[in-house]
Amino acid sequence: MTLPDPEQLLEHLYQQLKPRIQDQTVLVGIYTGGVWLMERLLHRLQSELGREIPHGKLDAAMYRDDYAQRGLKTAAQPAQMPFDVNAKHIILVDDIFYTGRTTRAVMNELFDYGRPASVQLAVLINRGGAQLPIRPDMVGAELPLSAHQSYELAMNTQGRLHLSIAESTPLANKGATTHV
Amino acid sequence: MYNPQLNAQGQLQHLLSIEGLPKRILNDILDTAENFVGVAEREVKKVPLLRGKTVCNIFFENSTRTRTTFEIAAKRLSADVLNLNVSTSSQSKGETILDTVNNLIAMHADMFVVRHQQSGAAHFIAQHVPPHISVINAGDGRHAHPTQGLLDVFTIRKYKPEMHNLRVAIVGDVLHSRVARSEIHALTTLGVPEIRVIAPRTLLPTDVEKLGVQVFHNMEQGLKDVDVVMMLRLQNERMSGALLPSSQEFFQTFGLTPERLALARPDAIVMHPGPMNRGVEIDSAVADGKQSVILPQVTYGIAVRMAVMAILGGGNAA
Repeated sequence: MTLPDPEQLLEHLYQQLKPRIQDQTVLVGIYTGGVWLMERLLHRLQSELGREIPHGKLDAAMYRDDYAQRGLKTAAQPAQMPFDVNAKHIILVDDIFYTGRTTRAVMNELFDYGRPASVQLAVLINRGGAQLPIRPDMVGAELPLSAHQSYELAMNTQGRLHLSIAESTPLANKGATTHV
Repeated sequence: MYNPQLNAQGQLQHLLSIEGLPKRILNDILDTAENFVGVAEREVKKVPLLRGKTVCNIFFENSTRTRTTFEIAAKRLSADVLNLNVSTSSQSKGETILDTVNNLIAMHADMFVVRHQQSGAAHFIAQHVPPHISVINAGDGRHAHPTQGLLDVFTIRKYKPEMHNLRVAIVGDVLHSRVARSEIHALTTLGVPEIRVIAPRTLLPTDVEKLGVQVFHNMEQGLKDVDVVMMLRLQNERMSGALLPSSQEFFQTFGLTPERLALARPDAIVMHPGPMNRGVEIDSAVADGKQSVILPQVTYGIAVRMAVMAILGGGNAA
């Protein structure tokens, strides 16, 4: 299978995202890959719109439904939400959408900061396999993948994205992200 | 070597003492605690990790502050909390420690936070509980107080992130202090190169140099150019016989005054595990001064205890 260039997928995602930006819109990246994508999207939006857009970062390790089975992910990153969530239009940014469980955990965490006006989800790739009534609103590409494989998004030191496929156990419920 | 604190996979199973814990585990706890600091600043100061779990604080020895911070930590993780003040309860009717613990296990407790006046009490309980139950030592005799040691190094790391470049002084009643022992082990494991203890000979354990510290009997020499001053509480309740002439005389010789603090580095921080004896080991002007991080220690203590409980409480389900 030939994989698309993630830079092109990001461009496609950006074209869907831009018309949705309102006065009260904020971007929230989901660690780790989603934060890279959020920062790329944010940078371009801010320069094209000529204004600052509030943004945050969430990990949701404390809200995951597999804590009892797998324990706490100790390499979790601290949440950064330097704005009032109340009445904001939140756009969550993640790299790979799979089961929807990460999105659920992130939404639970988000609502502990306040009551947003709306929440939307932007992802680079929807790989299929949702296990919850949650779907992305903006998608770079729909690229189904079998359960024993996963997408891996990496970013090099120049900030360029790279996509690959790794063999994984069926337990892994989203694409792993690594720095290279 | 068998380590009762770690399971077969090398993960933390109980927190009994910092001695014997690898650097990897200490750093995991401190990094995890970073994530919990922000929880207290949100609209909802709770996360759901220990929802449905029951944490028992079993205190065979009184301690309002430690018990309260463990209670807040457990509640912010959504656990149900049971506080047992055993000194006023069944033990006075003759029940053994294990009978007390087994009764709580029969009530489906999931985690025990234990304080006891005897060294080794938490170890003893940890050896007798089923594998799905975790024990946290909240202070045992003169032996250890690991969460206090952890919150102290967490506080130091917050203000002085370059741990490998620090000079730390621990001042006061080292002999009776389980806090000092836990602090020394934590600082050594995390690579702090210079740890000093400053105390009168009567308040130092005989083998203290074996812990890898430099010993001073004089504040003026010991405080020179240090980055961190960690005061200890004078533990009158644990003293037997005449180890000290009087608390006034102790303050004259070993009390932390603004003049003495001026010998440390200008950006040095001052710590105290509480409760403070003002005018005995520390001058009020220092305790309330701008170099004091004594209240941030309390705040960080909750995040560190949340981290320990969250690490112990997960990954047990089949």
